[in-house]
Amino acid sequence: MERLQAELAAIMRDDWGRLLAVLIANLRDFQLAEDCLSDAFTSALEHWPRGRPGNPQGWLLQVARRKAIDRIRRAKTRAKLQPDLAYLMALDAEGVEATHAIPDERLRLIFTACHPALDPKTCIALTLRTLCGLSTLEIARAFLDKEATMAQRLARARAKIAKAGIPYAVPEPQAWEERLASVLTVIYLIFNEGYSASAGEAPIRHSLCDEATRLARAVDSLCPGDPEATGLLALLLLNHARSPARLDAAGAAIPLEDQDRSRWDQDRVREGLSRIETALRRGRPGPFQLQAAISAIHVEAVDFESTHWDEIALIYDRLLELTPNPVVALNRAVALSFAQGPAVGLTSLPGGLDDYQSFHAARADMLRRLDRAAEARLAYDRALALTGNDADRLLLTKRRDGLDAS
Amino acid sequence: MKYLALIYDAEDQGPTPGTPEFEAYMARWIAADKAFKDAGVLVGGEALEPSSTATRVRVRGGKTETMDGPFAETKEQLGGYYVFECENLDEAIKYAAMIPVDESGTLEVRPIMDLSHVG
Repeated sequence: MERLQAELAAIMRDDWGRLLAVLIANLRDFQLAEDCLSDAFTSALEHWPRGRPGNPQGWLLQVARRKAIDRIRRAKTRAKLQPDLAYLMALDAEGVEATHAIPDERLRLIFTACHPALDPKTCIALTLRTLCGLSTLEIARAFLDKEATMAQRLARARAKIAKAGIPYAVPEPQAWEERLASVLTVIYLIFNEGYSASAGEAPIRHSLCDEATRLARAVDSLCPGDPEATGLLALLLLNHARSPARLDAAGAAIPLEDQDRSRWDQDRVREGLSRIETALRRGRPGPFQLQAAISAIHVEAVDFESTHWDEIALIYDRLLELTPNPVVALNRAVALSFAQGPAVGLTSLPGGLDDYQSFHAARADMLRRLDRAAEARLAYDRALALTGNDADRLLLTKRRDGLDAS
Repeated sequence: MKYLALIYDAEDQGPTPGTPEFEAYMARWIAADKAFKDAGVLVGGEALEPSSTATRVRVRGGKTETMDGPFAETKEQLGGYYVFECENLDEAIKYAAMIPVDESGTLEVRPIMDLSHVG
């Protein structure tokens, strides 16, 4: 039973978005599709112990569609908006699809979830929920929000898509530009969720990073010549390249200065560097290209000490002009702390991030480097209280406890 | 689906009737009307007299109360509407964007509730 639960959890993590995208295409109803897919997973727990299907994903889709047929039949009042029952039954009659035959509808899903008629935060939340299968709680944490607030936001979004008639489609070329910016942001945040998961034991959810990279690649190929689409792909590749070196054997996060650079994924480094060069040659730098340029400086440095921190700080200046927000200002302060010393970093820290773990962790590190142990300890404690994953908790604890030794 | 496009704009805008500017202004609205008809999406649409002609009416305890004026003292007032029959929101937005309202104006696009299956 435990093995089965683990297997189902893995399918949910890896295939939720793909299965849901197909179901929404079939049902034309976000809420109904999500409810039925959840039902199908529950059914699996009940049925699989008696015989696990040969094709789990196809089985889940078929069961979800049958749940939908049942629900539609029961809810007679839906008359006009209801999905086409005859169509669903015809699909059902075709039997279980082979996994490779399940079409990839995720691009339609991401463009619908990122429709400008929804506010940007809702777009991001909805994409994380629908494409990546993150729970409402995980999304709420990523946004420093309450779970109930986030649940309400998601429910309103699904209702608006249905009631306002937001189409389930990749937009026409003339609407592409407007829609692309929010799609790229969503993919970036999905990657971040995978790169430093907000909660739980798996601090780096590779499937989310892979998912985001795949989506970025798809958008880049559908939008050739757009430097930001290429810039995003480069950024994700260069950051993902460092994944193999980011955790020690005990599962603690390894900070950049202690990472074994020989473990960085050289294929991703090479592709990322070539992509960012291509993007920057187009002469229209944007936020994603600038961040990729920063990552490129990191991967090109032989070691932490020889990193061109002054260059990185300059790029952050430019980035802050384009996207003035406290998290960028925090990263700029960290770069300054290495370019010009921790005292400069400390005075450059922005306000307004009191509930943000990384702010307190960065501040604690700067205080530690200034030998202000007592203040550093308080800052580490504050960061630890805000930490949702074990890798960060282990690293922060190690650093805090290291204060005693010095 | 039916969509209502509400047109909000400042009321002191627009040229004086009788001037050539007014003729050109009206020609834009007539052209838009024709485009909506030709596309087969026009269900209806009207322009409204200024909000200074509006009357508020409410019934409290069976008694009708009548008051002068619009509710909100905002610069932008409801000045007219169109009803479109469209496939989806993207199409409704496309036609709403063709309404020749001034650049100071705002359009609100709302789906009209489908009650055909009720009762």
